Amino acid sequence: MDHDTYTDDYIRGILRETRTIGLVGASANWNRPSFFAMKYLQTKNFRVIPVNPGLAGQTLLSETVFGSLSDIDVSVDMVDIFRNSEAAGLVTDDAIAIGAKTVWMQLSVRNDGAAKTAEAAGLKVVMNRCPKIEYARLSGELSWNGFNSRVITSKRRRM
Amino acid sequence: MAQREPGFETLAVHAGSPPDPTTGARQTPIYQTTSFVFDDTEHAASLFNLQVPGFIYSRLTNPTVAALEERCAALENGVGATATASGHAAQILALFPLMSPGDNIIAANKLYGGSINQMGHSYKKFGWGATFVDPDDPDNFKAEITDRTKAIFIESLANPGGVVTDLEAIAKVAHDAGIVLIVDNTMATPYLCRPFEYGADIIVHSTTKFLSGNGSSVGGVVIDSGTYDWFQNDKYPSLTSPAPEYHGLTFAESFGNLSYTLYGHAVGLRDLGASQSPMNAYLTLLGIETLPLRMERHCANAQVVAEYLKGHDAVSWVSYAGLKEDKYHDLAARYIPKGAGAVFTFGLKGGFDTGIAFVEALELFSHLANIGDSRSLVIHPASTTHRQLTEEQLIAAGAGPEVVRLSIGIESIDDILADLAQAFDRCATASSG
Ligand SMILES: Cc1ncc(COP(=O)(O)O)c(C=O)c1O
Repeated sequence: MDHDTYTDDYIRGILRETRTIGLVGASANWNRPSFFAMKYLQTKNFRVIPVNPGLAGQTLLSETVFGSLSDIDVSVDMVDIFRNSEAAGLVTDDAIAIGAKTVWMQLSVRNDGAAKTAEAAGLKVVMNRCPKIEYARLSGELSWNGFNSRVITSKRRRM
Repeated sequence: MAQREPGFETLAVHAGSPPDPTTGARQTPIYQTTSFVFDDTEHAASLFNLQVPGFIYSRLTNPTVAALEERCAALENGVGATATASGHAAQILALFPLMSPGDNIIAANKLYGGSINQMGHSYKKFGWGATFVDPDDPDNFKAEITDRTKAIFIESLANPGGVVTDLEAIAKVAHDAGIVLIVDNTMATPYLCRPFEYGADIIVHSTTKFLSGNGSSVGGVVIDSGTYDWFQNDKYPSLTSPAPEYHGLTFAESFGNLSYTLYGHAVGLRDLGASQSPMNAYLTLLGIETLPLRMERHCANAQVVAEYLKGHDAVSWVSYAGLKEDKYHDLAARYIPKGAGAVFTFGLKGGFDTGIAFVEALELFSHLANIGDSRSLVIHPASTTHRQLTEEQLIAAGAGPEVVRLSIGIESIDDILADLAQAFDRCATASSG
């Protein structure tokens, strides 16, 4: 699969079938991108479970932080990776192990080897994108700040 | 399966304007309101912290204005845009995230006269400097760049017309110095030229001109390509260091390539206040729907008029890049192959008094200080906009006593030519009688 561009239908499909997100590399610092993403996705009715060994046991935006994906006690649909491209490899292995349906690597994070492994195991993969931005783009909310959503439609917009 | 990329004409009609999500209204509604209610205090806090998108107050963002911003960003293939009260406001807002007191820009000396005034005089009040150079040689910019230079500013097709700028060469000079290239694309419009394709980083427009197109609304817009890496050096601390009023948030870190446009709204419009009104944004959106059709006709008519003037006994020269023998014809073929625009100057034999007589003899052309209207427009700079200058300054500004500026409209070409012909006749009769 081509990971340079994704169709809107592919991204929309993933966001629609996702309810629970394991967010690896969560930060307690309110102005980090991962905090922005977690807070925004919560307002869109996703359950976002933060993962960060350094913060394990603490509470972040009303959710308990876990030390690793395998510690999470509910089923996780998507793993969102806020780590560097190399570290994304091991996180992807964990995502496969816990039965996630999608591995999503953040803006500037890309690991083609990990993507191949995940796809071979039947997972969907998105790299070098942010789910917050993609959700906002496809739902029309990104346009509210003058951004180019690249969506052309004569239907009422829904995510 | 790959996704289809919509064509320019489709973007001109649709981009930014899906049906209204609440009512299904197909045309973009005019959200004529100052303010928007919060769901609760938590929602308000998230909005003020820039954590969720949404509307607070129309000085910052407004749904009708946002539709115009997205439309313009799409036409230029940028990541986002900030609409402003005028083209001049756009120029200030474009520089606001980049500049601190003591910084400077290098600008082309072939710019709209009002821009030269704004940059040369009023920028000093912000502590900003501007150095003007001849853009015909891109190395002229290089020679003036200092460690306090934050941008190069040019017009793709320069007002009063005829001058085409070598975008790619000047973009290289800017990027070699680690600074951004800002292009005023008002005269070309994205229909004729898309400066991001040649390396520009930021585009500004006076939407007052061809984009609104009907002479109805003053406005401007700043568009970000989204491709400049703000962290490549320490030249742009407004974006790359913590903002105290946002509790230490660093724009370029939290928002990546959306940061410049977000800063334009959240700091630029917030504090300078030069926002566009929803009504003007609506009228400009209507205008843009027909931009491709109008530009085609504007350029076709202008080409015929330029050729007609070139062959006229009473005309000493015509400065239009669409003419084969023109100095800028090769650059025009490269950067604006669909047409050389609709605004240009020509010289009348006879000088100052003939210039005044000619402009006054025209009936269909409107004598006024604008360009890019669907109507044909004319001005004699030496007796109007440039009146206060000495003869020497007039010639340096390309506004000598014999110079007439035309902005060719979309009327029937025969009527445009007939009006010019009768004005020439009346001038000839007056001077021989
Ligand atoms: C090329 C160009 N840029 C900027 C401006 C300024 O725009 P506004 O009059 O909308 O402030 C003009 C206006 O004449 C112009 O022709």
